Amino acid sequence: MTMRRLINLKRVEARRIYLTYGIVILAYIICQTMSSTKFLSSSMRGMLVPICAYMVMAVSLNLVVGISGELSLGHAGFMSVGAFSGVATAILLQKVLPFAPVRLAIAMIVAAIFAAFAGFLIGIPVLRLKGDYLAIVTLAFGEIIKSILNNFYMGVDSGGIHFSMLTDTTRLLKGGRLIIKGPMGISGIQKISTFPAGFILVMIALMIVFNLVNSRSGRAFMAIRDDRIAAESIGLDITKYKMMAFVTSAALAGAAGALFAMNYSTIVANKFDFNTSILILVFVVLGGQGNMLGGIIAAAVLTILPEKLRQFSDYRMLLYAIILIVMMLATNNAEIKNFLTRLNPFKRKEEVE
Amino acid sequence: MIFLNFFISGISLGSIYAIIALGYTMVYGIAKMLNFAHGDVIMVGAYVCFYAISRYGLNPFVGVALAMAACTLLGIIVERLAYKPLRQAPSLAVLITAIGMSYFLQNTALLLWSSNPKVFPSIIGRGSFKLFEGALSVSHVTALTIATCLIIMVVLSLFISKTKLGKAMRACSEDKGAAQLMGINVNATISLTFAIGSGLAAIAGALLCSAYPTLMPTTGSLPGIKAFTAAVFGGIGSIPGAFLGGIMLGVIEIFAKAYISSQLSDAVVFGVLIVVLLVKPSGLLGKQTQEKV
Amino acid sequence: MAKSKTKYVSIPSTTILPERDASREPVLKCVNLGITLGGIKAVEDFNFTVGRTEIVGLIGPNGAGKTTVFNLLTKVYQPTTGTILLNGRDTHGMNTMQVNRAGIARTFQNIRLFKNLSVVDNVKAAMNNDMRYNMLSAILRLPNYRREEIAAHRRALKLLSIFDMQDMADVRAGSLPYGAQRRLEIVRALATNPSLLLLDEPAAGMNPSETADLMDNIRKVHEMFQIAIILIEHDMSLVMNICEGICVLNFGHVIAKGTPDEIQSNPAVIEAYLGRRKESA
Ligand SMILES: Nc1ncnc2c1ncn2[C@@H]1O[C@H](COP(=O)(O)OP(=O)(O)O)[C@@H](O)[C@H]1O
Ligand SMILES: [Mg+2]
Repeated sequence: MTMRRLINLKRVEARRIYLTYGIVILAYIICQTMSSTKFLSSSMRGMLVPICAYMVMAVSLNLVVGISGELSLGHAGFMSVGAFSGVATAILLQKVLPFAPVRLAIAMIVAAIFAAFAGFLIGIPVLRLKGDYLAIVTLAFGEIIKSILNNFYMGVDSGGIHFSMLTDTTRLLKGGRLIIKGPMGISGIQKISTFPAGFILVMIALMIVFNLVNSRSGRAFMAIRDDRIAAESIGLDITKYKMMAFVTSAALAGAAGALFAMNYSTIVANKFDFNTSILILVFVVLGGQGNMLGGIIAAAVLTILPEKLRQFSDYRMLLYAIILIVMMLATNNAEIKNFLTRLNPFKRKEEVE
Repeated sequence: MIFLNFFISGISLGSIYAIIALGYTMVYGIAKMLNFAHGDVIMVGAYVCFYAISRYGLNPFVGVALAMAACTLLGIIVERLAYKPLRQAPSLAVLITAIGMSYFLQNTALLLWSSNPKVFPSIIGRGSFKLFEGALSVSHVTALTIATCLIIMVVLSLFISKTKLGKAMRACSEDKGAAQLMGINVNATISLTFAIGSGLAAIAGALLCSAYPTLMPTTGSLPGIKAFTAAVFGGIGSIPGAFLGGIMLGVIEIFAKAYISSQLSDAVVFGVLIVVLLVKPSGLLGKQTQEKV
Repeated sequence: MAKSKTKYVSIPSTTILPERDASREPVLKCVNLGITLGGIKAVEDFNFTVGRTEIVGLIGPNGAGKTTVFNLLTKVYQPTTGTILLNGRDTHGMNTMQVNRAGIARTFQNIRLFKNLSVVDNVKAAMNNDMRYNMLSAILRLPNYRREEIAAHRRALKLLSIFDMQDMADVRAGSLPYGAQRRLEIVRALATNPSLLLLDEPAAGMNPSETADLMDNIRKVHEMFQIAIILIEHDMSLVMNICEGICVLNFGHVIAKGTPDEIQSNPAVIEAYLGRRKESA
């Protein structure tokens, strides 16, 4: 009797997953045709790859924040590890692998591996902490990664690959190339990231996260999020599953970083700072924690929005801040929320518990 | 002697962090939120002080008082408009709102005062005390900063432990529901906490810019994050913890700059934070709570 | 309440009913178990043995320390003193997860379900350690993923059907009615294949007919799985009906042990527990 009023989770969830894949594919087809028929302005076309990268970041962070319920304030750090390792790989492979798409794919895989390793190292201390303490430590790690990359030098010459910290002491032989130049980052990058590659990465990220969520690991992530003590009491290995979610998320962020970086000719570590981490967090929160489609849409809208607000020039970031605050108030204040639900009869039906 | 010089600069920088960290920790203790906009209140305070002194030629201490008044008001308004409606909301939503507020303050400052750096006039001149026949030189700003921090520490501790309002604040941070039942006006107490924290931020802004005179709309960000780190370091929610954390962070930062590398000093500071939290997961003076099952 | 100055002294022997586990090794044996919480000795000198397939009741007034005993057994709290032997093995140094893997499963007085998971996923989460497939199989949906998921799903539904909950399988756990949430906690605990099941006030908040059903179901579970059960419960008819032995706690001490009949006529119990209840009623 009352059961009919209860939400059938399985059906709602399956519908949401197919809807997400469907919308992403549709959006890709539309953008691709618009871009090839020159309907898209060149500034919009230039944003397609970054949008894809941010979408992957949103999916990746959602795995930590939405699915596992841990706050991370340093996700841009993984993106930058991926960006630097990916671009360096692509540069090293330039001669050996002239075919750009394969080079891009390998660069993204290497980026994912490096970022996953960083995630693992950071996870060891971080995952022992809880709540706000975990958040501040992820913030700290984000800043540490930025500091280190800002002081990191890597070059290649006939003698192999050379590294140094703080100052350039790589002493490259003649004909060698300094790839990572401390605060100058990497320049002279071949722009091999493409919109189709970005689309494929988004689809892969979605597949990984959706399939993981609907497996024993995903159930464990969510069980730990919902009630840590109960999860321990049924024998779930908290550390193992938190680490799994964190490392997977870091790997996806790394791949996204590589995709992002190879859309520009220069990349510096300061691009991936605290504000970028927050931006990604905003995608997740505005899209709804655990809601992949929401996060993806938020990533797209919030990447395009500042561009579209360009006509307001100076007021642009101010408007952005106001929109952010108003959105948070509108979605989280009970009175305002009730008011909005009353306006929307369709939504009201779905939210009955 | 060089070592002692570094140590004193460390304590001085740490005093500024401590004053800022107080705002974070008091607000966290009572509202359980990370107020990321706190760093930008410092910047607003510094601008008000700057204009009062440089444009209107007021006495520096009148300038600081004006800045405190402005920031106190700002703190109360921000809390009422942005945070109060979210008392029941998930903490992540509050965090994002605070970050939105931080962007808002920075960009408003950008529109009002432009991005051109202003050279902040020291509120106490650029002189210094010479000790040990000139071997040790302590600038007036350094001395004033350390003294101010000590005074604030004593006054605030007395306020919290002895006065009725201070006790109300402690009661609210223990249990808001119970405090309400005991007749404490919870909303007013939270406003008071924001007011005190923001007033202190104005002092910190004036001291910070007296020591490091470049004033820009983003001036508050990094000290804000560092002070936040200091608050966590000492145990967020704990007032003595904020002092201890602030001072230690300042000293570590100056030593890291001097003896390790100035580019990596931030990394060292954050690294120490991580190590401390691993050994003491709730900070140096934070209390560990056992969840009732 | 003017508290009498009675000094409670724990009963030293561990067994409730000495004749029951003479030959076989007990599932659980606690010796001098104790913990200090917030400055008070919440449990002290707790000596207790549970036989292989025994159902025992743990009763006592509110705040007596019953839930604390469960928290000690499952290592949610670390004991300050004493030893816990589970199937003859000392659980010293184990954490909650390891204790569960060693055979103790429990429910919680304040319901702790995975609210945002479906009912069946709550149960399948508890079967996690039975499943073998790895992350890659899950991401690529390899055959072993499908095989194990289907098997787990079937088993979860079967377990749910014991409590007549198979029709609610896809409902969000947090939106279940209260009684159903309590039953789901029991199913979830059972799904970990325990040898000892701890039930903390399973009938709390249930109406009499729900309580009667619950009693049947606990009996059914006991028969089907042949496991030991410790039951904390305030509903005396439930406890007296299904428990073979009863242990009474007051102010952290065991003040009586015995069969339901013995307990009902024990003067110390009447004073500490039933007497007080009459007063407040
Ligand atoms: N985490 C804790 N911290 C402090 N005191 C606790 C804690 N857990 C339980 N207690 C105290 O231990 C005593 C026993 O509690 P409990 O085991 O919950 O009693 P009950 O028999 O009603 O289940 C109570 O006085 C309770 O306040
Ligand atoms: Mg209890």
